[in-house]
Amino acid sequence: MTHYTLHMPCTEADIRRLRIGDHVTLQDTLFGIRDATQIHMFDHGRRTRFDLRGHAVIHTAPNVRKVDKRATNDSGYEAVCIGTTTSDRMERFTRPLMEREGVRIIIGKGGLREDSLRAFSDLGGCYLAIIGGTAALETTWIEAIEDVDLDDLHPESLWRFRIRDFGPLLVAMDAHGGSLYADVQARVQDRRAAALAKLGVA
Amino acid sequence: MTLMTRTGVEPLRIVPDAIEEAAKLLYIRALKILPDDIKAGFTRLDASESDGTAKAILATMIENIGVAERTDNLLCQDTGIPIFNVLVGRHVEVDGWALKAAIRCGTERATREHPLRSSVVHPLTRNNDQTSCGLHVPVINLDFIEAERVLRIEMIPKGSGSENGSFLQMLIPADGMAGVKRFVVDAAMRAGGKVCPPVIMGVGVGGTSDLCMHLAKVAATRPLGSRCEDAEGAALEAALTEAVNSLGIGPQGLGGDSTAFAVHVEVAATHITMNPVAVNIQCHSARRASATFTPAGVEIGF
Repeated sequence: MTHYTLHMPCTEADIRRLRIGDHVTLQDTLFGIRDATQIHMFDHGRRTRFDLRGHAVIHTAPNVRKVDKRATNDSGYEAVCIGTTTSDRMERFTRPLMEREGVRIIIGKGGLREDSLRAFSDLGGCYLAIIGGTAALETTWIEAIEDVDLDDLHPESLWRFRIRDFGPLLVAMDAHGGSLYADVQARVQDRRAAALAKLGVA
Repeated sequence: MTLMTRTGVEPLRIVPDAIEEAAKLLYIRALKILPDDIKAGFTRLDASESDGTAKAILATMIENIGVAERTDNLLCQDTGIPIFNVLVGRHVEVDGWALKAAIRCGTERATREHPLRSSVVHPLTRNNDQTSCGLHVPVINLDFIEAERVLRIEMIPKGSGSENGSFLQMLIPADGMAGVKRFVVDAAMRAGGKVCPPVIMGVGVGGTSDLCMHLAKVAATRPLGSRCEDAEGAALEAALTEAVNSLGIGPQGLGGDSTAFAVHVEVAATHITMNPVAVNIQCHSARRASATFTPAGVEIGF
């Protein structure tokens, strides 16, 4: 159980060091991405002008306020409330995000599945769990919305945030086939029979 | 008008502007301030949780409730699908058509003026009008209550992570209560960490398919500490709460005792050939706000 601070973008070696149960705090840059963003990028063939190589993406679609473009908010938006959505819906985009765009870290809640775990192992990636539903706190870790792409999908645009001390986040799926979610699910499956027996269900 | 009102009773009259203001206020308030019963639920879970990771996660959730209040910010980024439950007491005079329009207008204004993220899209084009409104949304549920000269509006911004954890099965009588219990346990397992546990798990039993699903939503959005009015339903609540929490799914699906604050059950009579069961889940950000109109004025609460 080690705590790491990673400045974005990071290297494959940075990621392969991480093991489930470790904690990570991110610095500098984070990209926000979501259902429609990835549907358009990978199903509709759209490309982003952002360079995502070595970066972290978070499953989000923020609440924002329109402001005049200025030094700290070049995007023309400032954060109202930024939080995290359920990752499972975006399972099939993990590999293309890594292969085509070079993403190394996915941040979300609720976890991803076996195909993502294989992609993390094959390509050197990981999943960092944030506590879902704690957006007010998460917003305090974001300094500015620096830029936005694919904004016709608003709020499901591709966002670039400037972050400071973003975390600590829990390494929940690592590049060595480890998944806290799979571990918990196996234990839950083992307890099903006892739970049903106590309810008088054969 | 003498046919509509009891002699000597001046009805409670509510103008649409007041409804619109209330709808706007309730949407924003619900997103920012968690009801007292949910806060108490967190305290209870935190005291009984035995897993270290789970305890740390609960602590972060509790911290977030305080940060949201101190910074006057939203608890969760998900502004949800707006739901309004309108309960009309006796001797209330309101233009129902105008009431629906006012709720919609208040929702749009909250979205634009706060501003809030519009989380509502057309289901086929996926187009977002940026108003939190669309076809049949906000959802408005209308019912009548016995209380004199009272109109109550309850607002629920229903988060999607937990709403996606909705399940319905048209079980048959031969499946019995065993089938119902097995369905609920399996629904909790399928939902896992995706629904942002600890949750309030709402279970509907009986009715028609649509009523059954609605009962599950009523159950999921009821205050903690409330019980099913049907004695058999109340007994089922207690048994299912224990069963779901014995699975070890835990906060965020990362293991622990605190999977559900509670399992709530609502029941309705059903057909001799039917045994429907539905599950709808409310996440730990179990947000609600209410406005109660009486001749004395408007009271804002949960």
